[in-house]
Amino acid sequence: MKTKQQIDRTARDLDPEVHDSNFMGAKLKSERRYNTLFRDYDDPNKLREIAGNVKQHTLEHLDTYLEQAEESFKRNGAQVHYAIDDAAVNAQVLRIMNETGSQTMVKSKSMLTEEVHMLDYLEKNGKTVVETDLGEFILQIDGDHPSHIVTPIVHKNRRGIAKSFEREGLGDYNDDPETITRRARKHLRQKYIDAEVGLTGGNFVSAESGRIVLVTNEGNARFCMAANKIHIAVIGIEKLVPTDRDLGLFINLIGRSGTGQQVTVYNQFISGPKKDSQPHGPEQMHVIFVDNRRTEVLASDCREILRCIRCGACLNVCPIYRQSGGHAYRSVYPGPVGAVLSPLLAGNRFPELADLPKASSLCGACNEVCPVNIPIPDLLLRLRDKAKREGAKEAMKGTPNLGMWATLCSQPTMWKTALSMGHTMNYIPTEMIPHPSAKSWQGARKLPKFEGGEFRKWFKKRAK
Amino acid sequence: MSSDRETIFSAIRAALDPLPKRTAKPDWPTELVISNPSGTFDSLKAQFADRLAFASGRYYDSVPVLADFLKAEGSILGYCDPTLISLFEGIEGLEIDTDFDDSKINDYTFGITRATAGVAESGTIMLTDTDTSCRLGALAPWIHIAVLNEADIVPHFPAAIERFGDDPSIIFATGPSKTADVEGILIEGVHGPGIQIALVISK
Repeated sequence: MKTKQQIDRTARDLDPEVHDSNFMGAKLKSERRYNTLFRDYDDPNKLREIAGNVKQHTLEHLDTYLEQAEESFKRNGAQVHYAIDDAAVNAQVLRIMNETGSQTMVKSKSMLTEEVHMLDYLEKNGKTVVETDLGEFILQIDGDHPSHIVTPIVHKNRRGIAKSFEREGLGDYNDDPETITRRARKHLRQKYIDAEVGLTGGNFVSAESGRIVLVTNEGNARFCMAANKIHIAVIGIEKLVPTDRDLGLFINLIGRSGTGQQVTVYNQFISGPKKDSQPHGPEQMHVIFVDNRRTEVLASDCREILRCIRCGACLNVCPIYRQSGGHAYRSVYPGPVGAVLSPLLAGNRFPELADLPKASSLCGACNEVCPVNIPIPDLLLRLRDKAKREGAKEAMKGTPNLGMWATLCSQPTMWKTALSMGHTMNYIPTEMIPHPSAKSWQGARKLPKFEGGEFRKWFKKRAK
Repeated sequence: MSSDRETIFSAIRAALDPLPKRTAKPDWPTELVISNPSGTFDSLKAQFADRLAFASGRYYDSVPVLADFLKAEGSILGYCDPTLISLFEGIEGLEIDTDFDDSKINDYTFGITRATAGVAESGTIMLTDTDTSCRLGALAPWIHIAVLNEADIVPHFPAAIERFGDDPSIIFATGPSKTADVEGILIEGVHGPGIQIALVISK
């Protein structure tokens, strides 16, 4: 099949095994999400709407809440830093490592660190960084990137993973998922003990109390904060919510929406260094609030996308993502959320990703499953409009020229004439029309008889 | 950096200033987030036990029965919070340290620490820095036993959140550590405990 859009090409050329992993993984999580939410709540939509409004309210008062969060963290004994972009946040982390005499970092999953390529930066500067989430660890040894924001290696199968483990000296080839997991447990256990710094992201931040919330299933973020002396949390400024009480909404939604669990195994609420009486855990906590173009998104007409809590429900339900997989989006954030967020976060590289908002049938499923009710289809349309206005070439590829149609629609006389001429279609052999798309359309269908153009006549008579 | 701070704050204000109106904070009732009960229970303890089992956790309210389970699992050497060791007085066949020895981190097969609260609607155990004698003792061994007072079982998450206080590290643990990263197949025991136990006592 000939196709001009990059995402279509990737989907067409995808290894069938990878396609099936992506498709089945997404479908399964979507079904679990539905079953869990509708088992546990009579009207889950009410939760989504309110959670969306809580986030929208916070974003629209972000200056106030960010200031409050900063004060709260300082009161708790944590140190607060700000970073305007990728270079700034990477430099801050390196500086903290150097100032504390740290060589090795264990980190838990954070999409923001993917966004700013932190791992490469720290390694280039002589530091050792170990990803500890099982999926992220496998990506690290393979030099690969996540294809899903919650299940990062959904595009891989056990045979490939077993080969990678064999190559890395983690044991002889064995593709039993339980053996793979045990070997990773043993290998990473020593890494936690050896490291000085534990780095995490943050799923939510309560401005009132200065608490970050970390949501994980494996317990790696707990280990990153039990065996080490320095904790660094790298957090996008959009992660704030007003109060601890509001967290009750989000911890009930994120697990159910993302993986269909009633609640994710570990929800950690971290507000500062360990207690003096506690023998283990960080003596320093550093919170780095990162902009990296989020304030540009806040100033745009797509600011609702900043509500996103990264659950992945919109990826799992999306008919395009299910066919193309996450890597087809050529950016850190795939799926419907990525089709909005990635071009916006690209700044002046917007034209390069301007085709992503077109990777949607606008079916609306992403909006229906979103735990913070983001009107993703509306935002996709706004970005299509932006791409058109800015003449982004990438967005125009494969789009038929609609100039003739536009002229016709804006001239009533021409429109009426065209309608009356529609009847001639019934007398000419339409399969002879020498346009490739008309030919291909009719290859599988028959054009029905034209019966239009009668309404105006009928309406005129009726009015008399 | 302080200059980054000023740049970010002024960018936020510049983005928000033109908004004609701003979304008010929604006032939501606590009942909104309380999940439908999975059955009828005559106590919070019974509901907690049911939900913990649903989350693949294990519930005990008898120390000898728990000790038999440990022995059956071949789990002999473990760590215990010194203030809880009296619960295991008279139990034979277990070797229990009350000082966590870092060099035995991979030898301890169970860890016994205090839970601050339990959440009945989900079978969740709430751990805090205040009540956890040692973070690694609750995390590194294959089996974690959280000792929970029956009176500290609260009905739902909002009630547990109300108990946060000023503790710097609060953990909601619901069942054992798990992953489904490899082909979506569920495996228990990744970095944290592979078996999560709640020992509910009533004093």
